[in-house]
Amino acid sequence: MASEVARHLLFQSHITAKTAHTSSQVSDHEQKQKDSPRSLTMSGHVGFESLPDQLVNRSIQQGFCFNILCVGETGIGKSTLIDTLFNTNFEGHESSHFYPHVRLKAQTYELQESNVRLKLTIVNTVGFGDQINKEESYQPIVDYIDAQFEAYLQEELKIKRSLFNYHDSRVHVCLYFISPTGHSLKTLDLLTMKSLDSKVNIIPVIAKADAISKTELQKFKIKLMSELVSNGVQIYHFPTDDETIAKINASMNGHLPFAVVGSMDEVKVGNKMVKARQYPWGIVQVENENHCDFVKLREMLICTNMEDLRDQTHTRHYELYRRHKLEEMGFMDVGPENQPLSLQETYEAKRHEFYGERQRKEEEMKQLFVQRVKEKEAILKEAERELQAKFEHLKRVHQEEKLRLEEKRRLLEEEIMAFSKKKATSEIYQNQTFMTPGSNLRKDKDRKNSNFM
Amino acid sequence: MDPLRQSPSPSSSRASSPRTFSCERLGYVGIEAVLDQLKIKAMKMGFEFNIMVVGQSGLGKSTMVNTLFKSKIWKSTMPGLRVPMPQTLQLHSVTHVIEENGVKLKLTVTDTPGFGDQINNDKCWDPILGYINEQYERYLQEEILITRQRHIPDTRVHCCVYFVPPTGHCLRPLDLEFLQRLCRAVNVVPVIARADSLTIEEREAFRHRIQDDLKTHSIEVYPQKSFDEDINDKILNSKIRERIPFAVVGADREHMVNGRCVLGRKTKWGIIEVENMAHCEFPLLRDLLIRSHLQDLKDITHNVHYENYRIIRLKESHALPRGPGWVNLAPTPSPTPTGTRASPGPGKVCRWAEDDSDEDF
Repeated sequence: MASEVARHLLFQSHITAKTAHTSSQVSDHEQKQKDSPRSLTMSGHVGFESLPDQLVNRSIQQGFCFNILCVGETGIGKSTLIDTLFNTNFEGHESSHFYPHVRLKAQTYELQESNVRLKLTIVNTVGFGDQINKEESYQPIVDYIDAQFEAYLQEELKIKRSLFNYHDSRVHVCLYFISPTGHSLKTLDLLTMKSLDSKVNIIPVIAKADAISKTELQKFKIKLMSELVSNGVQIYHFPTDDETIAKINASMNGHLPFAVVGSMDEVKVGNKMVKARQYPWGIVQVENENHCDFVKLREMLICTNMEDLRDQTHTRHYELYRRHKLEEMGFMDVGPENQPLSLQETYEAKRHEFYGERQRKEEEMKQLFVQRVKEKEAILKEAERELQAKFEHLKRVHQEEKLRLEEKRRLLEEEIMAFSKKKATSEIYQNQTFMTPGSNLRKDKDRKNSNFM
Repeated sequence: MDPLRQSPSPSSSRASSPRTFSCERLGYVGIEAVLDQLKIKAMKMGFEFNIMVVGQSGLGKSTMVNTLFKSKIWKSTMPGLRVPMPQTLQLHSVTHVIEENGVKLKLTVTDTPGFGDQINNDKCWDPILGYINEQYERYLQEEILITRQRHIPDTRVHCCVYFVPPTGHCLRPLDLEFLQRLCRAVNVVPVIARADSLTIEEREAFRHRIQDDLKTHSIEVYPQKSFDEDINDKILNSKIRERIPFAVVGADREHMVNGRCVLGRKTKWGIIEVENMAHCEFPLLRDLLIRSHLQDLKDITHNVHYENYRIIRLKESHALPRGPGWVNLAPTPSPTPTGTRASPGPGKVCRWAEDDSDEDF
């Protein structure tokens, strides 16, 4: 790509500018590296054929990690199948059918076989397909997968990181359990698989395959695959690029989806005990290839392609998530004029932007605050003034009342004085009239009588 | 996200440190087949190894590399016919692909002609450190791209073989300076070059003196003591540490000795067989570098030295890693941490004196 070459050359020129001591031979070296290096024959045994063994030893020391997500309705046989696959009774009890929402339950187990340690995480969907309204069924699953990618991305972006002993919790494979109706995919299945196919490797399996007869099974498989293809659902195909496993993988690709039966119960068949399910009409043997595809599933999932599943998860699904997440945050590799854009510049620009934004908001808030304070102050002042006015008014009224009352009191006192004076004089007068009692009275009487006449 | 939808059980969003249950398997599952899968994948991808040889001219570096990989990586130069001595230190890399029993190895050897050859050798380690850091930088740039390649080409120097001239006394100031600076950035394996000029006793004495010197100046050469993981590693590595630095002789000519064809140096007083343990310790070096510790060298470079470089780089940019085409406005910090960033001894992850909180998105 032209942009790649341009970027490379730009980088190259910066490097030669930086290290002034290093001669132009280094850029020659880069030229040489761009061309493929020449092959050399050795004249003796050097010994680096032990390199794969060294690699394997280191991996054994570190241990392996594998995460399986099982999606399917309650009671379809997810836990039993996992038990049968890994030949272990993982702890488990039957889940209830009455959960209001879909939950994901993850549990980690440590298995060991000869010198290989495997940290296996099984994630089960609890309550899938049980609700009456199933619209929100697949969102928790998508969220869980994204959360694992996010956790890994965060760890990878840290400054002080420790990736080599990080417990990788990203989902490596999703076993999707299809119920054996014999007809076609349910809408819920289609929707869920469509939302998961770009995030995880999906391997669809037909659960409880002992409920379908052989002829029906063939038709069912063909129908399922054609439905998946016509709806554009990308399921995981076993890789066929390496000759040692290409043939077997190609043939297995033709058997998808696997029809499986799971059972941990042992039944005596012939003279050995095999894992099987016993019915009155016969015994369905789990590990019999004629009865079900369980052995194929185990072969493909664990023995042949576990490493490829992990590889695909890391290089395809995780990279896709990472790219989307970083682009979402606004980081790009190439700027608007096809100039190589640096994360630094973008970050600085964004930082300025956010900083400016923050400043502005602070200003705004300050202003708002000041304004409010002013308003409140004004109101309070107003109230104070009013109060003052009222007080004055009341005082005045009170004074007036007081004056009036004083006035009245004075008047009253004057009246009282006048009255007492009158009383005194009338008493004196009465005493005088009592001295000459009859004449005044007769005179008064006569006068009164003469007035009448 | 609707909080009701999050399940009450804490393990639904992220198994941070999961409770792991040990389970008893009841039968064969086939997990160990994953080892074969790993091998197949590794063989298909091929391996990469980058080695650097440092030392004064005339110590037999090119011959040693040819002997190690049993092929003519370089034309060994005869004295006198050589091109005139380069005035400044130059770095010269060649890349070859060699194959053995289906295992492909892409080998890059970097030579440093002119090292320590001038009159004033001050700061002659700068170009070398610059080259090493440049490879780390390149890897870092590739790693932080948005759309990155499936397999990032690894040009980081995995091992630096330092040739000590066989004076017989002790490490010279140039050696000490160089080793001190380089041990913090890359795996260094010191060897005594041209060991055929020392007798066995002189060799042992020289070796002990060098070991004491290294200890006094706290120079940790490969295999570093602090990276031993378990008791097996410790035992294995202490055996190696007792013999470091190896006294080696390089030769790419074959001679007949007792009817066998061996690589050796023919002198008037005898033939020094390169692969004979009684004569020199070349087999030890070869085993260490190629047969037993190659993967370990790569791991330590990736997990420790590269991570330390990354931490420094990210911290000094105060922000996120830079994208391609970024112009270095501030001068690159001197590749030799002269004391401002004195790390208190290499640890699995370099712990700095200040306690910074992680800067993440």
